[in-house]
Amino acid sequence: MDLFEYQAKYLFGEHEVPVVPGEVVTTPEMAAEVAGKIGTTVVVKAQVKTGGRGKAGGVKLATNPDEAANHAKNILGMDIKGHTVHRVLVTEAAEIADEYYVSFLLDRAERAFLAMASVEGGVEIEEVAATNPEALAKIRVDAIEGVDAARAAQIVEAANFPAEVAEQVAVVLQKLWDVMIREDATLVEVNPLVKTPDGTVLALDGKVTLDGNADYRHANHADLVDTSSIDPIELRARDLDLNYVKLDGEVGIVGNGAGLVMSTLDVVAYAGEDFGGVEPANFLDIGGGASAEVMANGLDIVLNDPSVRAVFVNVFGGITACDAVANGIVGALNMLAEKGESVTKPIVCRIDGNNAAEGRRILQEAEHDVIELVETMDGAARRVAELAGS
Amino acid sequence: MAIFLNSDSKILVQGMTGSEGTKHTRRMVASGAQVVAGVTPGKAGQEVDGIPVFDDVAAAMSETGANVSVVFVPPRFAKAAVEEAVDAQIPLAVVITEGIPVHDTASFFQYARNADLTRIIGPNCPGIISPGQSNAGIIPADITQVGRIGLVSKSGTLTYQMMYELRDIGFSTCVGIGGDPIIGTTHIDCLAAFQDDPETDAIVMIGEIGGDAEERAAAFIEQYVDKPVVGYVAGFTAPEGKTMGHAGAIVSGSAGTAAAKQEALEAVGVKVGKTPSETADLMRKIMTR
Repeated sequence: MDLFEYQAKYLFGEHEVPVVPGEVVTTPEMAAEVAGKIGTTVVVKAQVKTGGRGKAGGVKLATNPDEAANHAKNILGMDIKGHTVHRVLVTEAAEIADEYYVSFLLDRAERAFLAMASVEGGVEIEEVAATNPEALAKIRVDAIEGVDAARAAQIVEAANFPAEVAEQVAVVLQKLWDVMIREDATLVEVNPLVKTPDGTVLALDGKVTLDGNADYRHANHADLVDTSSIDPIELRARDLDLNYVKLDGEVGIVGNGAGLVMSTLDVVAYAGEDFGGVEPANFLDIGGGASAEVMANGLDIVLNDPSVRAVFVNVFGGITACDAVANGIVGALNMLAEKGESVTKPIVCRIDGNNAAEGRRILQEAEHDVIELVETMDGAARRVAELAGS
Repeated sequence: MAIFLNSDSKILVQGMTGSEGTKHTRRMVASGAQVVAGVTPGKAGQEVDGIPVFDDVAAAMSETGANVSVVFVPPRFAKAAVEEAVDAQIPLAVVITEGIPVHDTASFFQYARNADLTRIIGPNCPGIISPGQSNAGIIPADITQVGRIGLVSKSGTLTYQMMYELRDIGFSTCVGIGGDPIIGTTHIDCLAAFQDDPETDAIVMIGEIGGDAEERAAAFIEQYVDKPVVGYVAGFTAPEGKTMGHAGAIVSGSAGTAAAKQEALEAVGVKVGKTPSETADLMRKIMTR
């Protein structure tokens, strides 16, 4: 889960990373109030999970509360690269003498962590990496050893931080590593890390990605989930514990196993090229050991998506037995009929693997008009694309 | 021969007395694997279907000669379980557990790397099967047969799909390496082992979006693999920034796209199928020419 800047800074504060005071608000009036409380020149910053906020006009200086309110009014509701601004962060405007960059991230290739640092901060770091790679220091961080004073000093030296801030930056690096470890983050990035004219080092911006697998040991992380930006169908699927992602097409997809479902999306999109550009409407993985109930919940979610015109159930029974899957499909249709939502959208099923013959028999004998069995995955993808495109 | 797992493999199951552990122990035994021990702390002396349970991995190994561990323990105990297996110097640990925090995986992987005696497969993977020889994990054995194709895949169900599509030709070893951001055994490890395995004639490699493992595998193939390789990549339609089921399957910026992976593989002469079935057909042509 990616965090907003204000959430990242909240975690920074918890782990003693130096940040400037500020508050997140949702109205111009509240922005004025916070600006008044701070009492100095403030920055009003759009809170969206994407870069380039400044260029888009989402970051503005305000010298008084009225100006802060005015900026907040303009920024709230703004669209930045497809993200609507629902909140702004109002913080004290720090004076900047120098801008740096520091981050910790997961290094998948090395199967370890990586520290990156540069004295050329404040610009897009991808640009530094591309145009001036020697200005970006990269230091491997061992997952067991972590970042102690010696490793922090090594990073500072590799990036050529000036002597007057070297010690402060080394301390900040250790605190940021605390955020990485203690919050189970996979990315902690500060750009810019600044030096003020009086020589203080501050994190002026922050980007943090948290590992959802570690939620069980961080009760507070549930509060960081931004439900306002989640698609309503995704929210409902989340409540049912389903692994669902909303997409833009017309073919509802239900399958088992992340890889097979990803592949199903591709095969449908590929087949859809021949039927007016039909595309998948969602990703839904009902899991390796899917039960009849999970299948029923999954079908319910997909069939209730108004953009879905036909559904493709693609299951390979490895551990899951296909008869259980078939019972789940029939059960779901009966359950929906009982609720008075009789299903009219066609459901193309391809089931293969463990107990597939029995599963197909169950579907055939159920004699539901909407169910259509197709032998192969490619064939079924063609058929469902045809149905959704007609 | 085969790779990493063969008829001499003696399996112990960490977490055998749990429901998943018991269920899959029975499936492994039914498929002909030698499962010789279970490990659950505090349950020494118990048995599951006549297989003795021990308190720790070291005792299980010294009593039974086990040389492969399959780990089914829940996420919060997985790190300690793997480190225990590494301490006991087991040569192969197959971590099936899904949902392990990536910091824990990074940590136990580094622990194993430091000790340098244990290969880790997974986590969040279906395991490894050498048909007719042994089966360590949850891969169904009855959907394929013994043959001379090697298979390495990030995805469990696509592994099964491919094993089933090519069941007429059969496999030497199939490895599900898992879809997490950090995994113990990589595509490259498997490609290298298949290249050296006299029982393997050709290799199917299944990748998916996220990271650059497929690109690195392509570079490795160009330099070191002269056996035919056929590839498949899942996730062409996945949007940027949305995790597609596997924690590792996410496209960020321009990195990790399926198109880039396909391009890298094709550039080194690997034929890449558009669908799993088309990929199987490409392999069938190679094996029957």
